[in-house]
Amino acid sequence: MLTASAILTDGLVYAAYLFIVAIGLTLIFGVMKILNVAHGSFYAFGAYGAATAVGIYTNADWPAAIGFLLMLAMGMAIGLVLGIILERGILRLVYGKDEVIIVLVTYATFLILEDVIVLIWGPQSYAAYQPMVSAGNIEIGELVLSNYDIVLVAIAALLAGLAYWALKFTRYGRLLTTVIFDRETAAAFGVNVTLVYTVTFVIGAMLGALGGAVMAPKIAVTLGIGVEVIVLAFAVVAIGGMGSIEGALVGALIVGICRAAAVHLVPQIELFVIYGVMALVLVVRPYGLFVRAQPRKI
Amino acid sequence: MSHRAIVIRWGLAGLAVATAAVAAQAQPTAPAATPVKLGIVSFLTGPAASPFGIPGRNGAEIVIEALNAGKAPAPFNTVGFAGSKVEAKYVDEAGSAANVVTEFRNLVQRDQVDAVIGYVSSGSCLAVTPVAEELKALTVFYDCGTPRIFEEKARNYVFRVSPHATMDNVAAARYLLAKKKNVTSYSGINQNYAWGQDSWRDFVGAMKVLAPKVTVDKVLFPKLFAGEYGAEVSTLLTSKSQALHTSFYDGDLEGFIYQEQARGLDKRMTIIMTAGEAAIWRLRDKLPDGTIIGARGANGPLARDTEINKWFQKVYTDRYNVPPTYTAYQMAQSLLGLKLAYEKAAKAGGKPNADAIAAAFKGIEYEGPAGQVKMVLGDGHQGITETAYGTYRFNKQKKEPEIVDIVRYPAECVNPPAGIDADKWIAEGMKGAKCN
Repeated sequence: MLTASAILTDGLVYAAYLFIVAIGLTLIFGVMKILNVAHGSFYAFGAYGAATAVGIYTNADWPAAIGFLLMLAMGMAIGLVLGIILERGILRLVYGKDEVIIVLVTYATFLILEDVIVLIWGPQSYAAYQPMVSAGNIEIGELVLSNYDIVLVAIAALLAGLAYWALKFTRYGRLLTTVIFDRETAAAFGVNVTLVYTVTFVIGAMLGALGGAVMAPKIAVTLGIGVEVIVLAFAVVAIGGMGSIEGALVGALIVGICRAAAVHLVPQIELFVIYGVMALVLVVRPYGLFVRAQPRKI
Repeated sequence: MSHRAIVIRWGLAGLAVATAAVAAQAQPTAPAATPVKLGIVSFLTGPAASPFGIPGRNGAEIVIEALNAGKAPAPFNTVGFAGSKVEAKYVDEAGSAANVVTEFRNLVQRDQVDAVIGYVSSGSCLAVTPVAEELKALTVFYDCGTPRIFEEKARNYVFRVSPHATMDNVAAARYLLAKKKNVTSYSGINQNYAWGQDSWRDFVGAMKVLAPKVTVDKVLFPKLFAGEYGAEVSTLLTSKSQALHTSFYDGDLEGFIYQEQARGLDKRMTIIMTAGEAAIWRLRDKLPDGTIIGARGANGPLARDTEINKWFQKVYTDRYNVPPTYTAYQMAQSLLGLKLAYEKAAKAGGKPNADAIAAAFKGIEYEGPAGQVKMVLGDGHQGITETAYGTYRFNKQKKEPEIVDIVRYPAECVNPPAGIDADKWIAEGMKGAKCN
């Protein structure tokens, strides 16, 4: 019983982390059909921005709640600026090119941004643990849960709800859905696809940076953190289906629960389990759980 | 002859005399010594840069400067290497094993360095070793800990002054059992690659020999740079262990500490960090009091108060405003060992080649900032030193980290004798260990 509840809680926390990171990636792919490797950089920039914010609020001795909000705001503001610069400055120039070329462009951008991090923050790592420590913990039987992890799950749930509401019940969401469904037809009906692209990419960048910002208190904010994240996010998005937000949610839950179960029950296969699950899903459903095979346009 | 021609003639003659005089002044009394070129490889970017790579690189910079100025303490106070200034080329270790090997080949074949000192990751060392042997390139590993380098095969051009990971884990087991006599079971969390696996294997082996009734509980091997350890912390919280062994380092160590502290794991079990010293100046009061700390040898706060250690501590702290951690020590020890070998080989006259330096390096003994080095394992290619463990506490009055209750272990107590593989030595009961 103890192990089962531990698997469930650990799985939920890990899934929350994966979903927050993957939602921006899948949104950008769904709308723009761009496999954005630079998404790892958004995460890293968000984490560094959050660490800077934590440094500011700790030195200023502000209340923890204000510090936490400042951390999120700083991360998302960095994502906003970075998203606009990349979309308007780089990606705009390669729209319409082969998908492989666009992936290579985002990969090159990722490498450049890693060096930009060194230029801005230097090679040293940063600690931003204060929000997690301030949040305290809660004991449930033998298990001790970090309140910060509970906040993380709440943020992921809020994001999922917001994404559902925005896509189903807002004008922009409906426009987005039409572009996801068929870009050319949407354009033919007068949808400003260029604007939709820009807004979507910036929102995706802000979500990636938000992922880094909320994870910063749990990790050492250091060079290379974006690499691990992008690999995991790709696995989650591949399981759920490229471009599907509900797919990202279900993919994150599957990976989170399976990994937690592996760590508790068969730790030897922990490394294998994420990609094992991905392979299994892709064998049965090659386009992921929530995306159907589409006919090729000629 | 016109007046103008006379002026020109005398002018030219004067110029010739002046040129000759200047040339005579500039004429060297002996041929200028060719500089010794070293490739220094360490993590300069990536997660291992800040806690390991950069301190190692800084250790190289400060020692090379002192050597070139002839300002290191005796017997290292001759200029450079045998009078030749040392030129260092710093290379980033970040990247895949293939990339590390490519950079190594570049240093040896393109830059024509006289020796390479470097590598933090055991994976890098395992990849570079066969290439160094193939190219006959003198290579000194400064930090990587896997014992396999010299146990799998005899080496000719590869050396490692710093002891391998066996010492860290045998000493950790001895310290744990001496200080926590009520331990009945323990767990481990180590990174899933050569360093973590070798460390855990040696720790478990030593515990079996020293306390056969103590059982292993949870065995966790998260991947390198995993970042998120929620499930691992839960697994350990639900275990009955009184102690947790970890060879974590870099961002993994820091992330794990933040996450376990938020959930009180260190209140339930004593954590033994074989490489924890590298993090004490960063984690400060975040590192739990009572943690058992190792420094991969008697490095940093565990080093003896010798003249050469005081010198190294001072020059490093003055330059970088933070005390040197163990990778800085390992780099200093490696450079000083290479200098002695080079100068021993240079006594034959001329600039020594890799074969001559390697022959001189085999089996040397010397004292560095971290104590006495004896190159006795791996046919004289692998060093042993004494080691020490202690218990961490944050001194709230001084607002500084401290390691107290330090216990020292002689090199022959925690290292296998020459000619015996580490795991075999441990499995056979660590016969011949001299601990008194």
